[in-house]
Amino acid sequence: MNIGFADVAFILIAGFTLLTALGVVLLRNIVHSAIMLVFSFLGVAGIYFTLNAGFLGLVQIMVYAGAISVLIIFAIMLVMKDDPEKTNLPSPNIPNILSGGYLTALLVAALVGSIWFTKFPVKVVPASGDDLGILANLMLGDYVVPFEAAAVLLLVAVVGAIILAKGADQK
Amino acid sequence: MIGFTHYLIFATLLFGIGLFGVLAKRSAVAVLMSVELMLNAVNINFVAISKYIVPNAGVGQLFALFVIVVAAAEVAVGLALIINIFRQKKSVDLHDFNLLKW
Repeated sequence: MNIGFADVAFILIAGFTLLTALGVVLLRNIVHSAIMLVFSFLGVAGIYFTLNAGFLGLVQIMVYAGAISVLIIFAIMLVMKDDPEKTNLPSPNIPNILSGGYLTALLVAALVGSIWFTKFPVKVVPASGDDLGILANLMLGDYVVPFEAAAVLLLVAVVGAIILAKGADQK
Repeated sequence: MIGFTHYLIFATLLFGIGLFGVLAKRSAVAVLMSVELMLNAVNINFVAISKYIVPNAGVGQLFALFVIVVAAAEVAVGLALIINIFRQKKSVDLHDFNLLKW
């Protein structure tokens, strides 16, 4: 049982990501939660790099750690009231938290158990190195219709977000 | 020795953390942030399957890209909704959003 560089990298990045994700959920100041969310996104980007998905990792850094976090932090600034220490409290009724924790533990236990005892048909193939070319061929070849639909979806979402955030036009 | 199973288990743990956040938080923005964590966990699954089960096909990475696009649209619209509700209710507490409750 030898532990190589990739294994150490995976363990470190995975632990970092899980810790920061726990920080997102457990911290009581929502600004701190947002900062933890940025670090968690960066950790997920690192996981993509360990999976030989370099392009996806860069997209993750640009879109998630760049754009979406800035959007979330802006929204937090817009909706924050006086005391930042009480902005991200857990739900006030205890049954909510208990049932949420119970459901989560149940789901995680069931999934981890079934994953651990399943034999997956893993094929080990050396990385081709040109994953960007493969992605480009797929995106503008077989999957060009979803690609265009995604572009239209983004446009519609941006226009809808502007209209929603601006509010109905008061004459 | 780190293999497919470990990636799936890691993604499951991340999904569980996000699910707990969705179920047990009070602020609507925090719930949106937890949903983002869950989407990230799903993306890790896509990319891991793309590497280990169908190598050199790239379809899993493409689907992860589409999930990122949908997540960006979702978070933009969701935050706009939250800002709009905050303007009317002066609160982002999900327990104050009871307009449709009888």
